[in-house]
Amino acid sequence: MSVWIAIGATAVGCYLVKLLGLLVPAGALERPLVKRLAALLPVALLAALTAQQTFGTGQQLVLDARGAGLAAAALALVLRAPFLVVVGAAVVVTAGVRAIAG
Amino acid sequence: MGVAVGLSGFAFGVTSAGAGLSLLQTCALSLLVFTGASQFALVGALAVGGNPFTAAAGAFFLGVRNAFYGLRLSQLLALPRSVRPFAAHWVIDETTAVTLAQPSRRSARLGFTVTGLTLYVLWNLTTLIGALGAEAIGDTDAWGLDAAGPAVFLALLAPMLRSGTERAVAGLAVLLVLGFLPVLPAGVPVLVAALAAPAVLCVRGRGTRRTAKEAGR
Repeated sequence: MSVWIAIGATAVGCYLVKLLGLLVPAGALERPLVKRLAALLPVALLAALTAQQTFGTGQQLVLDARGAGLAAAALALVLRAPFLVVVGAAVVVTAGVRAIAG
Repeated sequence: MGVAVGLSGFAFGVTSAGAGLSLLQTCALSLLVFTGASQFALVGALAVGGNPFTAAAGAFFLGVRNAFYGLRLSQLLALPRSVRPFAAHWVIDETTAVTLAQPSRRSARLGFTVTGLTLYVLWNLTTLIGALGAEAIGDTDAWGLDAAGPAVFLALLAPMLRSGTERAVAGLAVLLVLGFLPVLPAGVPVLVAALAAPAVLCVRGRGTRRTAKEAGR
């Protein structure tokens, strides 16, 4: 049940912010500070989510095969590989390290 | 772009199933939320046992950027008021990128509609395939598929790290989330890490407030 509550809240919230952008008059949200904050918020959240889902297991910090997978993804990004290769590298290296480590 | 969206949709289906959501819940998310990063954030938070509202809050904050896409699009598309509630569902990173690149209002409307419809169908179809595939595979972790979610986040993040400000925000957010992970309930550390954005703006703002004000006029 709580999963459905989360799904409902996310669906309504995400839809309303999309609609808000189309409905409010131009200029209402166009203040420089608001724009800067809106641009930086995804940066903070994506960085935090990447770190949490790479090094977090429940409430513990661990360095496991996912760390190697994400390092491969980061290398692929530095080499300007396409999206497909970046995600593929993470998956393959993570699976490989797990297979070797047993 | 279609390949990237298709792969993300597939990865989302797999990740969501791996996080313990049912097929119906996974597909409902792609149909009703339709903004990838928020969906990944939500199932990630639910997977670690986060409270539904903390999980939804993280997903919501990630979706706030779409409001700013809508602002740019509404000037460009000039849609009638009655159409806007329907168009809103398709206001995402990819449709905005395509629409902003069009030379005229006519082609902008066409670009928005075609991209929106194509990606909506593709995203939901690949989500379904991913979720079904995950059920067939069984242990998704053995295939390294739990690394797909964070890799998608990293791939979305990388092009945003243009200047020192963005890098400072990302670095501080990582420190905050890892620092608070062992002590705060699941889902909350990510929300705390979001404070990196206003914190860095505050520090940097002291030096640049004047120029920002002048640019705003």
